[in-house]
Amino acid sequence: MAKENLMKDIHEKSAYADLTPGGDIYGSGNSHFFNTGEWRTATPVFVPENCKQCLLCVPVCPDSAIPVVDGKRGDFDYDHCKGCGICFKVCPFKAITFNKD
Amino acid sequence: MAIRERLSGNEAVSYAIRQVNPDVMPAFPITPSTEIPQFISQYVANGQIDTIFVPVESEHSAMSASIGSEAAGARTITATSSCGLALMWEMLYVAASCRLPIVLACINRALSGPININNDHSDSMGARDAGWIQIYAENAQEAYDNYIMSFRIGEHKDVLLPVMACQDGFITSHAVDNITLLEDEKVKAFVGEYKPEKCLLNPAEALSVGPYDTVHYYMEHKKQQAVAMHNAKKVILDVAKEYEELTGRKYGFIEKYKMEDAEYAMVIIGSSAGTAKDAVDELRAQGVKAGLIKVRVYRPFPGEEIAAALKNVKAVAIMDKAESFSDIGGPLGADVRASMFGVCNNVKAINFVYGLGGRDVKVDDIKCAFGKLEEVVKTDAIPTGYQYLGVRE
Amino acid sequence: MMKKLTEIRWHGRGGQGAKTASLLLADVAFSTGLYIQGFPEYGPERMGAPITAYNRLSNEPIRVHSNIYEPDYVVVVDETLLDSVDVTAGLKPEGGIVINSAKDPAELRAKLKGYTGKVYTIDAKKISIECIGRNMPNTPMLAAAVKASGFMDEKLFLENMEASFKHKFASKPEVIAGNMKALEVSLKEVQCNG
Repeated sequence: MAKENLMKDIHEKSAYADLTPGGDIYGSGNSHFFNTGEWRTATPVFVPENCKQCLLCVPVCPDSAIPVVDGKRGDFDYDHCKGCGICFKVCPFKAITFNKD
Repeated sequence: MAIRERLSGNEAVSYAIRQVNPDVMPAFPITPSTEIPQFISQYVANGQIDTIFVPVESEHSAMSASIGSEAAGARTITATSSCGLALMWEMLYVAASCRLPIVLACINRALSGPININNDHSDSMGARDAGWIQIYAENAQEAYDNYIMSFRIGEHKDVLLPVMACQDGFITSHAVDNITLLEDEKVKAFVGEYKPEKCLLNPAEALSVGPYDTVHYYMEHKKQQAVAMHNAKKVILDVAKEYEELTGRKYGFIEKYKMEDAEYAMVIIGSSAGTAKDAVDELRAQGVKAGLIKVRVYRPFPGEEIAAALKNVKAVAIMDKAESFSDIGGPLGADVRASMFGVCNNVKAINFVYGLGGRDVKVDDIKCAFGKLEEVVKTDAIPTGYQYLGVRE
Repeated sequence: MMKKLTEIRWHGRGGQGAKTASLLLADVAFSTGLYIQGFPEYGPERMGAPITAYNRLSNEPIRVHSNIYEPDYVVVVDETLLDSVDVTAGLKPEGGIVINSAKDPAELRAKLKGYTGKVYTIDAKKISIECIGRNMPNTPMLAAAVKASGFMDEKLFLENMEASFKHKFASKPEVIAGNMKALEVSLKEVQCNG
């Protein structure tokens, strides 16, 4: 995760002279500052009592929205989960439900 | 002490490349530019330069690799002609929009079809709107000088645009000509080290290059490119001034030849300008007040300078070594006439398409174009604005 | 100083070295301080096809970039071209034509469409085999072109060529003497008619 969003002053109202040359993006990890969670129309819900911590869901998440701490997954990062449902599809233990909002 | 030599245009550019010792050269051979990657490969094999030569499988790859390499922070060059440039098309625009000062030696050759290996300007003229600076040479000396100056122009912080240094295929690229060269250390000092402010290979600073532009950003980035192209005008003159101090050779956007009192003018690009100078001298000896404007820098286009130089002439022949099939003339014709609008209201103009696919351009051909100007002035006729010169009818 | 321009057209076949000969001539003229151009006419031709190359030699900078239509001198590296190519087209009568042939120049004039200027022949094959050891017509043709056109002093030509050969054949100096001999013999053996 980036310590600082170097692109925070660039937005859809910025004048052309205030943009970086060629649209270059400075710094890494700035996708963290972009809340793609707003796009979600269906929501996966974590069911911890069914979870065996196999972690199959973690690498398939396109938005890195399943945080892992000390080798165990926690609840979804709904700021970034776009609701694609891949984690639900891949879970062998019914530890994720997937509900239309 | 300058070095007196005799070199072909391709040898001259290769000599300059050896002196600059760029970091990377991805290239794919195509006539008549083939000698350049060939010479550079030899220099690399001989250990004369430490350029990384990247043999690629197409020109699309050559430009793609150039983009990656320049974005990484390496001074990058390539060379091509004709269909090779056409195959780079998509990536030419990306190089320009990513603001990467790649230097491309374009050895002008007719673009197919029909397939033809000889000179005209259809390849680079087709790429004129890609966002590259374009500089054209009359002879091997100018090809050498323009090439060395290209790095300073493109890499300037107010510009950051790729540069196409063009010369006429075979006519200058393969003709041995007298040339004055600079010593290696002088070229190295003039061009300097390439130190981009931002580059991908900088572990201290993360960078993403070439991201998708949404509707909210694309136009602003195009405006930035347009401003950079405008800024290039000052930088081109500043660099030329510095180069003149080094070499004594003077360069501008255009070269005016006997224009002070000219009544009949010609605007022309490339090697034919030399032939046209001889034609102007012959016409002057016959009492015709002929003059010439050679366009050296085509992008950015020196419209104001050309219009100012044409203000007092009676008629002008605008010479295009490329078709545009617009039915109203070629690309130079369109740009010059647009620049003349409102400034040169009483100047008659004929746009000639000439020298396509290697059709030889003789002193007499140039005199024939001037003859047509005299005729329309004498008869006060409205000229046919778009004509072919030197075609069998 | 009066402007003095000499224009030369070379006719040969692809692979025979007419282009190289024109570049060598440009080289030697350059070394005497002249302004030069040496260039071939390019097309998709391959080995054996008729090719044309050109030289402009001048005491003033050369600006024109067209081919040469009214040459002062023509050099024909392959005699068989006389049957298929109009080698004297535009050739100035006050100039001359140099042909690589064992024949007498008077005999060849019949093939030159009424050309009235000087006709020179040189048996470049014989000379090169004798002096260099193989059929390398370039070196004798170069000497014959210099002799016929007279654009530079012969002694100066030989001196410059020796320097040029020493540079060119730095890795095989044993061939320099043969090439120099070929030049000297050629300067003497050029036949002239007219």
